[in-house]
Amino acid sequence: MLAYIARRLLYAIPILIGVNLITFALFFIVNTPDDMARMQLGVKRVTPEAIEKWKAERGYDKPLFVNGKASGAAVLTDTIFFTKSARMFVGDFGRAEDGRDITREIASRMGPSLAIALPTFILGLFVTVSFALLLAFFRATYLDFWGVVLCVAMMSISGLFYIIGGQYLISKLWRLVPISGYSAGLDAWKFLILPVAIGVISGIGSSTRWYRTIFLEEIGKDYVRTARAKGLSEITVLFRHVLRNALIPILTGVVVAIPLLFMGSLLTESFFGIPGLGSYTIDAISAQDFAVVRAMVFIGSVLYILGLILTDISYTVVDPRIRFDR
Amino acid sequence: MTFTLVLPVLLWSDMLVWLLVLAGFVLGALSWRNLPLRAAWRRVGRSRPGMASATVLVVFVLIGLLDSLHYRPRLENRDPSQPAAYAIEVLSVLDAMASPLRARNEKTYSEPLATRAYAKESIEVREADGRVSTTRDFPRLKFGGAHLGESEEKRDADVLKRVLAAEALALIVVVLASLGGACLLAHRQGVSARQAWSSLWKGETEFAWNAVLVTLGVLLLAWLPVLALCVDYHVFGTDKVGQDVFYQILKSVRTALVIGLVTTLVTLPVAIMLGILAGYFRGWVDDVIQYLYTTLSSIPGVLLIAAAVLMMQVIIDTHPQWFATAAERADLRLLALCFILGLTSWTGLCRLLRGETLKLRELEYIQAAQAFGVADLRILLRHILPNLMHIVIIALVMDFSGLVLAEAVLSYIGIGVDPTMISFGTMINNARMELAREPMVWWSLISTFAFMFALVLAANLLADAMRDAFDPRLAGAS
Amino acid sequence: MLGFRAAILLPLLLLAACGNEQNDPYPANERGQNILYSAFTERPKHLDPARSYAEDESVFTAQIYEPPLQYHYLKRPYVLVAGAAAEVPEPAYFDAAGTPLPADAPQGMIAHSVYEIRIRPGIRYQPHPAFAVDGEGRPVYNDLEPSKLAGIDTLGDFARTGTRELTADDYIYQIKRLAHPRLHSPIFGTMAAHIVGLKELGETLQREIGKLPGGAWLDLDRYPLDGVERVDRHTYRIKLIGKYPQFRYWLAMPFFAPVPREADRFYSQPGMVEKNLTLDWYPVGTGPFMLVENNPNSRMVLARNPNFHGETYPCEGEEGDRAAGLLADCGKPLPLIDKAVFTREKESVPYWNKFLQGYYDASGISSDSFDQAVRFDVGGGVQISEEMQAKGIRLLTRVRASTFYMGFNFLDPVVGGRDSVNEARARKLRQALSIAIDQEEFISIFLNGRGIAAMNPLPPGIFGHAEGEAGINPVVYDWMDGKAERKPIAVAKKLLAEAGWPNGRDARTGEPLVLNLDTTSGGMGDKSTLDWLTRQFAKLDIQLVVRSTDFNRFQEKIRKGAVQIYFFGWNADYPDPENFFFLLAGSEGKVASGGENSSNYVNADYDRLFVEMKDMDNTPQRAEIINRMNRILQEDAPWVFGFHSKSYTLAHAWLHNRKPNDVANNILKYQRIDVAERARLRHEWNVPVVWPLVLIGAALASVAVPAVLAYRRRERGTARNWR
Repeated sequence: MLAYIARRLLYAIPILIGVNLITFALFFIVNTPDDMARMQLGVKRVTPEAIEKWKAERGYDKPLFVNGKASGAAVLTDTIFFTKSARMFVGDFGRAEDGRDITREIASRMGPSLAIALPTFILGLFVTVSFALLLAFFRATYLDFWGVVLCVAMMSISGLFYIIGGQYLISKLWRLVPISGYSAGLDAWKFLILPVAIGVISGIGSSTRWYRTIFLEEIGKDYVRTARAKGLSEITVLFRHVLRNALIPILTGVVVAIPLLFMGSLLTESFFGIPGLGSYTIDAISAQDFAVVRAMVFIGSVLYILGLILTDISYTVVDPRIRFDR
Repeated sequence: MTFTLVLPVLLWSDMLVWLLVLAGFVLGALSWRNLPLRAAWRRVGRSRPGMASATVLVVFVLIGLLDSLHYRPRLENRDPSQPAAYAIEVLSVLDAMASPLRARNEKTYSEPLATRAYAKESIEVREADGRVSTTRDFPRLKFGGAHLGESEEKRDADVLKRVLAAEALALIVVVLASLGGACLLAHRQGVSARQAWSSLWKGETEFAWNAVLVTLGVLLLAWLPVLALCVDYHVFGTDKVGQDVFYQILKSVRTALVIGLVTTLVTLPVAIMLGILAGYFRGWVDDVIQYLYTTLSSIPGVLLIAAAVLMMQVIIDTHPQWFATAAERADLRLLALCFILGLTSWTGLCRLLRGETLKLRELEYIQAAQAFGVADLRILLRHILPNLMHIVIIALVMDFSGLVLAEAVLSYIGIGVDPTMISFGTMINNARMELAREPMVWWSLISTFAFMFALVLAANLLADAMRDAFDPRLAGAS
Repeated sequence: MLGFRAAILLPLLLLAACGNEQNDPYPANERGQNILYSAFTERPKHLDPARSYAEDESVFTAQIYEPPLQYHYLKRPYVLVAGAAAEVPEPAYFDAAGTPLPADAPQGMIAHSVYEIRIRPGIRYQPHPAFAVDGEGRPVYNDLEPSKLAGIDTLGDFARTGTRELTADDYIYQIKRLAHPRLHSPIFGTMAAHIVGLKELGETLQREIGKLPGGAWLDLDRYPLDGVERVDRHTYRIKLIGKYPQFRYWLAMPFFAPVPREADRFYSQPGMVEKNLTLDWYPVGTGPFMLVENNPNSRMVLARNPNFHGETYPCEGEEGDRAAGLLADCGKPLPLIDKAVFTREKESVPYWNKFLQGYYDASGISSDSFDQAVRFDVGGGVQISEEMQAKGIRLLTRVRASTFYMGFNFLDPVVGGRDSVNEARARKLRQALSIAIDQEEFISIFLNGRGIAAMNPLPPGIFGHAEGEAGINPVVYDWMDGKAERKPIAVAKKLLAEAGWPNGRDARTGEPLVLNLDTTSGGMGDKSTLDWLTRQFAKLDIQLVVRSTDFNRFQEKIRKGAVQIYFFGWNADYPDPENFFFLLAGSEGKVASGGENSSNYVNADYDRLFVEMKDMDNTPQRAEIINRMNRILQEDAPWVFGFHSKSYTLAHAWLHNRKPNDVANNILKYQRIDVAERARLRHEWNVPVVWPLVLIGAALASVAVPAVLAYRRRERGTARNWR
């Protein structure tokens, strides 16, 4: 097991290098170091000398990938690519173009992101699983039919409408919670309740439908018939057998998303003014702060790979032999 | 000089759209010859929600196709000796048909069916003695309800009259259509018209005719009044610069369709090829392809899209000579967006296909074919590919609605379609601030919501029906 | 199912337990305090006075730092008064030999001007750890071991603070910092051209910094600056090259605020930068407020500086200020509030709604986001809706010292024209477009009436601006019935025909006239604006092609002169006509010299007048020259003069002493809040509406009924082993 994980982790390194290469290539086709300097120095009264100075200070005066003037290993190492990305592998993301330490910034923004993403995830899972179970229970009745129609209808609504509509109704018309904002600590609940509710509701449609099919597949299996033939009540069958067994594909399916919860949600965070990593990313894109974009891509990739490994582990944990051995 | 009234323009996306139509027909014909696929199509035809949503989608597709025939109108020439010149503006057949909607711009916001503007303005009135005085009132719209002239109070009666007439017409058309359908059915099945009529409505036909007819009826009942009103009113109001919202919605349809369909189309070859190769050859080929898609999919989607869109914009900006008109530029940007969205979405399909191929290649008849020395390419084309088609078709329809929704979000963040291109995303983006206005401007957002919802809902329902029909695991169950 | 219902009921119960103001975004313990609430949209990048130049940064820096001069809060046109200085300095002039010259000496003779600035004694800095000293007067936090910083994350984690008196050396230190190579001060280039020796200092420092290890402290006191001289503890002199009357305006900006060397030294200790402990992040000043919480992602808090020297509220203002109640607090010690809380609002809808709910006392400085939300009535005095007036919300507007324009690139053969024949054609084309583009309509649609159409580059309130008939642009407007009327489109069509494009077609070849507009997406580049603009060009049958690009590419095109038509705006640095006219000076050509003249416009007469006007004092002769320059510009039409936007502030009834001011930013100290009134109105406005929740609960419960029925049926049916 450990050897397997170690192998997977080693395999992650070339992927991360690839990710870095792609980010670099994409970004520097768009932005020359000159552009970045101008962006950071502002528009008014900027002289070419100031730009050259900025580039030299930040190390952007080197060639991108290959340094023709250098010799030996320096051909590859004395370049923007190497100097800027090598350190990321040891967790040093450097500083944003406005001089602030990215690692600290990320650490301080992780909290708010998780405060939104984690409750949304757990509550969403709970609500959708119960809803799906309900639909499976009432399968082949009109409740099930309209439930599925409702799900399809809910997943046909753009997430933007959920947010715009939710803010409008709950905060503006009914004045129940603050329309946006965030505060650390216990006070946060009143800011979180609306985005979490919207996050849960907007996810109900697709997830419920997905889980419902899993439940139905499980219900169709022989052991369920056997259980029912034994005279167990429908509720017992659903909870004791179907739910337990169907949770395995559901959980292994969502495990990949867990590490990515750290990344936050771009839309929710910017609409609700939550100072998390999602809004950090958006800000960085619009400010063309390459250091931050690169760091976020890197972290996102690491978390994704972590999610894949976790998925694999969760498969072995819920191995069929363990499942049926009681 | 009349023979060159217009200069046809073939945009890249038009080409792909029509190619798609052609491919649709060819694929339809091909899959009709394949027995399991034909059975699957039959199952789709039996599904009532599927056929109802297909009817809705056909209407959307027709709008989109009309909007995919472009031309540049000829400029008015006072001096006949001069050579013909064409406007820089690129129009489509849809624009020509909707030219009253397109051309009749008010100054700014007006409510649906309004005859006056939404906000009071100071209006200067020149008195008889030459003095200029100002009063504050809602100014009369230039076009909205202009046919009423001074008698604005007749508007309600006029609207009612038009709606009733249109509804009556819609009913007549529906009844005629179903009668015609019944006769046709009777003729083909050799039963009496009365029997055909009752089996049609009881849903006993092979094809879900009743769903189609009901949907058609609902569509006509909804559309004809809108069409009857839109010539003289702004049915869904006007936006900030006084453009008709209904017209913009019509234009958004094509953008949504192109994003939803072309994206999958352009990435399909890559996904299929790489997926099959990885699954079939395994070994280092598999390793390389897996590395490729793991790397791509591990980059957070939005960031990858943002970076790629910005890059594409730079390329477009540095080559202005490629484009004769703004429409061509916006069009290329749309296409590029399709490619970029495809870049992030092909990995999922590729993984699926690889897994399925891995399973297929272990099957006995393929093992046997290999043992007999049949060429790999032949095995791939004859035995593997046809058995993967159902996955491809399901992926195509399942991705559609997701892509339409994604476009809205991307345009909202500012990395979507060209800002000059009308799309649901740009419309939402423009409309979201209007909710905060006092008094609130609600019509743009509500009508965008309604149409987008209808499109995506129809697509989702059809996708469901098709998945149920094509997925071998589910096919047996239903 | 049970959990599901509980999830719905729980918030209901919580709501029932609390009363009004469920939606209060602030902690409950802040209620009833003398705190001003406002918002900011862009996170400030720099708070270091040598670097900060953006307006959204000066919202903070202007309250913290005290430059020698400031603008009078109430008087208009803007008047400079003493800030930290004892009085506004008068320059002394010297010729090349160093002999003093009279104040009215001709410009050509003046080789140097010297400003002697005396600062008021007894001003003290805000409490700050950099000033903390032990019993023997040695700084406590000097030469800190990195290990000592272990438990420290913010400035507040340092246990001890101190203060000291402000001296002239602090001002000198800051002027030297403008040349610091690591700071990249945005005005270094500009100031190096004016302050004697600053350029040389920059070169010296550049050399010296290379010898130092990265991040180490560069003691600027070791490097002399010729142009700045310390006279005594409270007096210093600045020596400028030639005459530069606008320098006084610079003295009112944070660039010339004092920075204590202790702070600079404190922040350059190893380990500080890693913890974001920098001057850029934690400013230290002598102003009325100090930054106590710095979280640019969500919240910035300014609190009263306990060591502030006791400035008082002004007792005189312009006409009407007394009636408006702006003089009621005459003579009271400033600041009038204890704290100011700034919350970050990126999305305008929440921002606007919180304002309406009473959680912001006034709209913030970057109130552009309210543009769409607030509907202003067009024409005849801008006002807000009756509902808002009933709430006691006031709208304060003022034309900003800014101008927006659509520029033509003179390097382009079509709109610029290179030889004399084409030049005349191009001029007529530009004039025709100036008439066709209806700025009044633009202002009413897109700015909600918050702007006035521009006649020339100068906005009202700047010396040389003329009102009435004398001020109109005779090329575009006629004076009728006592107001300016835009010329009819027929005039523009005629001009276009004279230019050689009758009906938008080339008279010789019949080719349609196609013009290209370069713009950035967003702002001017959004769809509705472009649609509108296309319609304006279509009035003349001109085909407009919009090429929208990202900001960097746009800037690059401007730099290379690769644009044809572009949109730009300019916010004045200081209220002087020179700061507008230099945008069209030939010496400022963008392509030729990298200056600010993006149109690359060159007109010898204009340039001559500009040089003459530049350094004059505000005399009638200067007004006359300005008038002549305006006529040249109106005739040549290098810009389609767009509009001067109006800045506006929306303020609630409980906020007093608010007067719009777009030149000075240190306005926070004058604001007063009626805390009791605010509490009352907030309470009244924020009654939660609970019935929809009850309704939703009831709807869910009603779904439960068929569910239970179906469940019963199913339970009965289980025995039959269905399906």
